[in-house]
Amino acid sequence: MEYYLQLIVNGLVVGGIYSLVALGFVIIYKATKVVNFAQGELVMAGAYVCFALTVQFHIPFIWAFLLTLAFSVLLGFAIERMVLRPLIGEEHISVIMVTVGMSSVLKSLVQLFWGTQIRVYPQVLPSEPIVIAGLPVAPVYIAAFGLSVVLFAIFSAFFKYSRTGIAMRATAFDQQAAQSMGIGIKNIFAMSWCIACIVSAVGGVILGNINGINAQLGHLGLKVFPAVILGGLDSLLGAALGGLIIGVLENVCDGAARELLGLGGFREVAAFIILVVILMIKPYGLFGTKEIERV
Amino acid sequence: MQGKCGLFFTSYPGEAQLFPSGFQKLMIGLFLLVLLAAPAVLNVYLTSVMNLIFIAVIGAVSLNLLTGVCGQISLGHGAFIGVGAYAAGQCTLHGVPFPLAILTAGAVTALVGMVFGVPSLRLKGIYLAIATLAAQLVLEYVFLHGGELTGGSNGLLLDSPSLFGFSFDTDARMYYLLFFFAAASLLMVSNIMRTKFGRAFVSIRDFYLSAEIVGVNLFQYKLAAFGLSSFLAGVAGGLWAHYTGYVSAEQFNIGLSISYLAMIIIGGLGSVLGSVFGAVFITVLPEVLNVLANGLGAYMPEISQHIVALREGVFGLVLILFLIYEPEGLAHRWRLVKAYWKLYPFAH
Repeated sequence: MEYYLQLIVNGLVVGGIYSLVALGFVIIYKATKVVNFAQGELVMAGAYVCFALTVQFHIPFIWAFLLTLAFSVLLGFAIERMVLRPLIGEEHISVIMVTVGMSSVLKSLVQLFWGTQIRVYPQVLPSEPIVIAGLPVAPVYIAAFGLSVVLFAIFSAFFKYSRTGIAMRATAFDQQAAQSMGIGIKNIFAMSWCIACIVSAVGGVILGNINGINAQLGHLGLKVFPAVILGGLDSLLGAALGGLIIGVLENVCDGAARELLGLGGFREVAAFIILVVILMIKPYGLFGTKEIERV
Repeated sequence: MQGKCGLFFTSYPGEAQLFPSGFQKLMIGLFLLVLLAAPAVLNVYLTSVMNLIFIAVIGAVSLNLLTGVCGQISLGHGAFIGVGAYAAGQCTLHGVPFPLAILTAGAVTALVGMVFGVPSLRLKGIYLAIATLAAQLVLEYVFLHGGELTGGSNGLLLDSPSLFGFSFDTDARMYYLLFFFAAASLLMVSNIMRTKFGRAFVSIRDFYLSAEIVGVNLFQYKLAAFGLSSFLAGVAGGLWAHYTGYVSAEQFNIGLSISYLAMIIIGGLGSVLGSVFGAVFITVLPEVLNVLANGLGAYMPEISQHIVALREGVFGLVLILFLIYEPEGLAHRWRLVKAYWKLYPFAH
């Protein structure tokens, strides 16, 4: 029992990071209908920039973190302007493949600058574990979880109450109608990429504080797909819950497979088996909008 | 079909020919002769590159049938090729003759492809892409943890294929075998595209609802697309396994699926000729980069450490630039060049 409880708690922590990455994914999909296969690489880019600023340029962590966010804004603008804008209105496969190409470029740039070895962040939070309900949890995990919740709340409020947020939702619902009401679609697209980059960078910095970072961090992007499909591609709440659920299920399945069947490495596929089942039962996810087509 | 100036069809069979003009037949015949004579002139390295191109052509044309012609995005093609490689490997390890092993590999892969194609009835576009991504990762896991069947992390070691006691143990001998299979696959897909199946696939791609209204059974034809495409993927996998003599799980990762998608996008979606262009381009690109890196290595010794990263970056950059500036692919550019010479010196 203790074993499974520990698995669930660890799953929630990893799930919190999945939620953050999924949040970026959903924001892009919601506003631009672009499926971003480079989400994991955006996380990696943020993580490495923050690492370089703190360790190589000796900037205090909090300032480095803020500078990383500023960098993310620039990165988001650059990606939208140079890569995605020429492809507005193209087919699914072209848009998917351009984000795949982007992920290759980002991965290669990170490897050129920082190599492939694992880099470790300097200790920011105390390492003494805090005991919650009899289970020891590292403070950095709690910080990660807390930050996920805060960001989720901020963006929910942003989409619900701010003018820009409402404009973004309107654009997602019907681009032409939004445009005819005077909403600048291009700004909305740029904005959503910036936000997605910021959220991903936060996820990257948290991950860096937990495990250190290496060039394989981009694989995290693949883990986002089960989470967003479960929650629904265009739902913020879905992204948050989907991330947590996938994190827990994946950890528990992995632990169970290890203990009961003696199978190793099941973590890598558990989420995807869950994903196929979800797609067959509820293709639009828990909170996704069901598209109705009429001829 | 668009013919040459002065080429008029007087009968339906005449119009339905694959190569309607005599000049076209002559040029293709000459091209085939050049290809047949090539191993006598090329060195071992260039022959091996040609062999890889032939295998890539089979894989690319099979993916193009599914994604380009039928519009079903597949991110799991690399894993399907892997299924073929393992199936063919197991067959020859158990003493099945090589041609039969390749056919079995195709059949097994077709079956696996159809199983993973079942969700395509309910899912389309991005959802299908993600479902096939799941197929890719699940199959990769099976390759790595398949025990006796896949050799686990050790993989399978295979001998060179042999036919009636004749062993294809050199690159030049392999060249003719692979050349035969590549040409046969191209012919097969060209002909599929001209039949009822091909027309049904195109109608599903263009708009699935109207296809259904005119009487195309969506489920049946989507499954057929997955089956036919996976069959060829399995053949490509079986050939690759026997060419390299080694099958391991990391050969068939998500990167392979992506590079096949890149081939058909760079070559041209839905075009048989485009699959060839794309396969050549993506196979030759890393070799060219290697040559360039070796050349530059004399001046900048540190570049050799970065060659892997550079290769990946250039691949991504090429993909992005093609999608932005040449979205119809190389096949379209080829048509423009041909039209230019047909109309020369008049622009219109």
